[in-house]
Amino acid sequence: MISLTSPIRTRAHEWPAGVKLLALAVATALLFSARTVMPQALAFAGMVVLYILPGPEFARAGWRSVRIIWPFVVLIVLWHLVTADYAAGLVIVLRMITAVGLANLVTMTTSLSEFIAVIRWITTPLRRFGLRSEALEVAIALVIRFTPVLVEKGHGLRLAWRARSTRRAGWRIVLPFTVQALDDADHVAEALRARGGLQAMQTNENK
Amino acid sequence: MERNVTLIALFAALIAALGLIPPIALGFGVPITAQSLGVMLCGTVLGAKRGTLAVLLFLLLVAIGLPLLSGGRGGLGVFAGPTAGFLVGFPIGAFVIGLTVEKMRVGNLAVIAGLAAMIGGIVVVYLFGILGFSFVTGKGVGASTTIMAPFIPGDVIKAIIAGVLTQALYKARPASVLSRA
Repeated sequence: MISLTSPIRTRAHEWPAGVKLLALAVATALLFSARTVMPQALAFAGMVVLYILPGPEFARAGWRSVRIIWPFVVLIVLWHLVTADYAAGLVIVLRMITAVGLANLVTMTTSLSEFIAVIRWITTPLRRFGLRSEALEVAIALVIRFTPVLVEKGHGLRLAWRARSTRRAGWRIVLPFTVQALDDADHVAEALRARGGLQAMQTNENK
Repeated sequence: MERNVTLIALFAALIAALGLIPPIALGFGVPITAQSLGVMLCGTVLGAKRGTLAVLLFLLLVAIGLPLLSGGRGGLGVFAGPTAGFLVGFPIGAFVIGLTVEKMRVGNLAVIAGLAAMIGGIVVVYLFGILGFSFVTGKGVGASTTIMAPFIPGDVIKAIIAGVLTQALYKARPASVLSRA
C-alpha cells in the first residue's frame, strides 16, 4: 500500500520522528493561541517556505495534499465577506491552512516504519498496565495487509453483480462483503493460533 | 485472543475499504461515502469495547500516513483540519453504539442496531464534529450546525442500512456478532 511519505528525500527525513511530532504539537498549540493577523501571516509564510525549500516537486506534492481543505477556505472567506469581519476571517483561514500544512509536512517526511517505532516506544511502558503492545503491532500489520484484500473482494462482488443485473449494486453487496470479512478474520485467527499465537510471534521477533 | 485481534483488525480494514467505494450523490447534490457505515458496523457487530478499538486502530493508521480516509485522505493534517472533530467522535460514537446494542436485548435486532447507529453514529459523532468545526473555523455552534445539516440525511440512511445489515449478519454468522455473544 502507498503511504503518504514523500519519495523526495529532504533533510527533515533524517530528523527523529518523535522530535517532529513534539514540534508539531507545540506549533499547533501556538497557532491556536495567536489571535492576531501578523503572527498567523508569519507562520503561514514560514510554512510555505518549508514546502518550497526541498524543490518544486515536493511543493507540488504538498499542495495536492493540503488543497483538500479548499471548500472550507471558500466557505469561511465568503462568510467573512458577508459579515465584513475581514481580520478575523484572515486569522481563521491562515491558521487553518498553516495547521494542516505543518501536520502534512510531518507526514511527508516521516516513513511508516519510523511512526511504528514511535508507537512501540510509547506503548511498551504501558504493558505494565495490561496493554498488549505486541497485539497492537500485529493488528497494524493485519490492517495494512487486509485493506487491499478487502478492496479486491469488494471489486469481485461488484463484477459478479454487474454480470447478473443492469442495476447498480449499491449497498446490497455490503452484506456478502462483510460476511467474507468475518470469515477471513476467523481463518486468519486459526492460522495465527496454529503458528503459536501472538505470544510466539513476539518471541520470534526478539530472537 | 487471536480471534479478537483479527476481528478488530479486519473491521479497521473494513472501514478503510468502505471509504474507497466512490461517493454517491444524494438527490440534493450532497456526496455521501460509506465510511461512516463502517464505523457504525464496528459498534453494532463488535460491541462497545472491541468496536472502539477497531475505530481507534483505523484512526492510528490514518495518523501515521496511510491514505485510508474517503477520498484518499490521511496523515496528521486531517487531525488539524476543520473536520477533525468527526474523527474524535468516531470512536466515541462506536462505543455508544456498541453499548446500546449490548444493553438492549429485547426486541428486533435490526431496529435496536439501527436506533443505536442513529444515537452513536449521528447524535454523538455530529456533536463532536460540530464542536470541532466551530473550534477550528471560529464559527458559532448554531452556524456550524447549519453547515453540517445537509450531511445528516445520508447518515440516517446509513444507520438504517447498518441496522438491517447487523440483523442479516447475525443470521449468517451469529458467532461473529460479538455484541450479542
